[in-house]
Amino acid sequence: MERLAYDIVIVGGGAAGLRGAIAAAETSRALRIAIVSKVYPMRSHTVSAEGGTAAVLRDYDSFDSHGFDTVKGSDFLADQDVVEFFVRRAPGEVIQMEHWGCPWSREPDGRVAVRAFGGMSVKRTAFAADKVGFHMLHTLFQTSLKYENIERFDEWFVTQILAEGGKVAGVAALELRSGTIHAIAAKAVILSTGGAGRVYEFTTNGAIKTGDGMALAYRAGAPLKDMEFLQFHPTCLPGTGILITEAARGEGGYLVNNKGERFLKKYVPEKMELGPRDILSRSIIQEIREGRGFDGPYGHYVGLDLRHLGEEVIDRKLPMVRELSEEYAGIDPVHELIPVRPGQHYIMGGVHTDITGSTGMAGLYAAGEAACVSINGANRLGSNSLSECLVFGAEAGRSAAAYALTQGPVGSNPVTALAKAEETRIFDGLLKREGGESLADVRREMQRAMEEHVGIYRSAEALEKALSLLRELRKRFDRVGVRDKDPFFNTELTATLELDFMLDLAEVIANAALLRKESRGAHSRTDYPKRDDANFLAHSMAFRTATGPRYETKPVTITKWPPAARVY
Amino acid sequence: MAGAPAPKPASATPPPPPRSVPPPPPKPAVPAPKGSSKTIKLRIGRYRPERSAEPFYQEFTIPYRDDMVVLDALNYIKDRIDPTLAYRWSCRMGICGSCGADVEGSPKLTCALYLKDLRKSPVTIEPLANFAVLKDLIVDIEPFMEKLESVNPYIVRGDEKPIERGEYRQTPEELELYRQQSLCINCMLCYAACPVYGHDEKFLGPAASALALRYEMDSRDQGSEERLAAVATSHGIWQCTFVGECSVVCPKHVDPAGAIQQLKARAATRLMRSMLLPLSTR
Repeated sequence: MERLAYDIVIVGGGAAGLRGAIAAAETSRALRIAIVSKVYPMRSHTVSAEGGTAAVLRDYDSFDSHGFDTVKGSDFLADQDVVEFFVRRAPGEVIQMEHWGCPWSREPDGRVAVRAFGGMSVKRTAFAADKVGFHMLHTLFQTSLKYENIERFDEWFVTQILAEGGKVAGVAALELRSGTIHAIAAKAVILSTGGAGRVYEFTTNGAIKTGDGMALAYRAGAPLKDMEFLQFHPTCLPGTGILITEAARGEGGYLVNNKGERFLKKYVPEKMELGPRDILSRSIIQEIREGRGFDGPYGHYVGLDLRHLGEEVIDRKLPMVRELSEEYAGIDPVHELIPVRPGQHYIMGGVHTDITGSTGMAGLYAAGEAACVSINGANRLGSNSLSECLVFGAEAGRSAAAYALTQGPVGSNPVTALAKAEETRIFDGLLKREGGESLADVRREMQRAMEEHVGIYRSAEALEKALSLLRELRKRFDRVGVRDKDPFFNTELTATLELDFMLDLAEVIANAALLRKESRGAHSRTDYPKRDDANFLAHSMAFRTATGPRYETKPVTITKWPPAARVY
Repeated sequence: MAGAPAPKPASATPPPPPRSVPPPPPKPAVPAPKGSSKTIKLRIGRYRPERSAEPFYQEFTIPYRDDMVVLDALNYIKDRIDPTLAYRWSCRMGICGSCGADVEGSPKLTCALYLKDLRKSPVTIEPLANFAVLKDLIVDIEPFMEKLESVNPYIVRGDEKPIERGEYRQTPEELELYRQQSLCINCMLCYAACPVYGHDEKFLGPAASALALRYEMDSRDQGSEERLAAVATSHGIWQCTFVGECSVVCPKHVDPAGAIQQLKARAATRLMRSMLLPLSTR
């Protein structure tokens, strides 16, 4: 087995991973950094983010305002010290991206332009038309090419974090094009693999978002935090789940029911279309339940009306909305309503980290959607996640670099022996399996179970049902056969590894949702409809045990904004 | 297989109730597809290097629906008929650039091409032309990545402004000068369509040239000298014969053919200037 060695291995090449790699590379030229990703970096799901990147960039704005909006949006579950740090760092990161060439949209005087966004009390969301994630990802990727101490392992699938004595030693990774497992020794590992939307059936997330980094950390012994909090974006195309950006509402779009009414006046009269996502998604479901939705081949939906904005504004500020509507829904938003319904979009929970990006396990760091640091609490505000990738990607990169510089050479660590065991598990175990169960069936049923029983609304009864289905699916997974026996570029094998990860995460999510007997942010219990600060103003921390997840709680850090009623 | 229910990765779930009402019993989430009795035949170019040295074609018949894209058909085959079929995909919304293939002889994003628009059966799907095939529809991207990296695709500056002093001002008009070339998603359809790349694998090619122009035209950049030198080589922009197929197949309207012509003009101007002017004024 070939043995590779780096100071820092970064798993995942999206916005957080690339930003972390550059930060680490700039910390010291002596550090050798590897980005290991199951896809080429420009395929990472950051590419699909549309609306923008929040930061205080104007005189009329303030850190306190961005901080309070974020904390209120989180339903007071965010750690306020982390939020304060985040809002102070975000402007510098947006400017840094500008210096690296990000094609931000501009004001007539040449400054980076800002737009309105849900839950943000002033215009503070920087944007590059409505392809912000795409432009940020390509800018970061292209910029990363300047650094000689960053190397890439594209289409290498990390299967395990290797550790000894509770300390990170590297990763085991499957190189897809050779079909071999490699040991990559490292002093520090940063997990930046994004979210886990593919646990659900109706999601905006791409196929690659299978929560790999969360499962890797969980299996290595690091806890997952606040996993019960999933964000359902209000405006997705029925059928495919393709996201229609919140910027469509930020630029003045309306949500309307089948009577043509802007129904949000009943739910969030102050904010209307710029209310936070959790409340808007519930409002849409309520309208549909009361018979005021439209009926289509993929169920009920409401309308997103951009017609009053006019063709010129749509083409200049929302070109992707028009492109997606025309290509994937067959309608032109200049003349017609866009059909939309809520769909899984983001997970607020993730690998627990402190403010520096450290998971608590020596040498293991996490950032971006894969992590929970936490600024998003029970509900993330739109356009905070790209900023989070930049701020905490950079922070994790610097923290990992500082740690790696204190460690001795990686030469003597035992990764080869550890990866050998992983090679046996995958090639002698998984690949040779002959079971009669279908991978796609088990995956589809898991997604269905999560969609139906762990969706926007939850109850003890539904969650128990989900858990019993998931237990059954875990057993069936053990009988899933792999038909493609060639190790070389085996996408059936990697899909099996991904499903294995997702079944772990689904169990953690459903259990955490069952234990949280209150409604807070995006977590809505029909049997516990109120927020309960006396018992649940705390993070949930899930630890892996042989018999399933074990949960602890962790206090929320409150600095200057005492919990209050969340009214918009 | 023809009688199996039609696939769709996402589907309608019965709407959950408001917080005060218990949820209704679950219902089947996949709606009865329109025209589910219809089928379509796909003819897929396959290559299994560990099984046989020669590529071959395999036909699959699957249920057809009017709103199916080519990628839906591939996913149906992988999930329900043959899990060994290998291809790349992720975002299924035309932005990640993973899912290109030759469909009926033309390079396309499989996520953005409706079967109904092809109006034929069987539909032939093959790996992107002009690339080495690794397995089934998966081609070797490495040569393309090397081309992207060769054009210094980043802002180069002699002087760096400190972050604290804010952004480099750039007007909307200045942004417009390179915006079109910044939209490339690296899907490589242009290379599959390029006859020059077809017989000279060292040719820099359309997307990498467009990327070079994107930074050339950016008011923040000061790296023109080296970048133009990198593209105006014997396998660089001068090889382009302006067939223009790259711009025809580009799903994001980047117009790489036009970009190469602009680069040629800039490189020629630079060359003339270096011949005519004394060193001190260049």
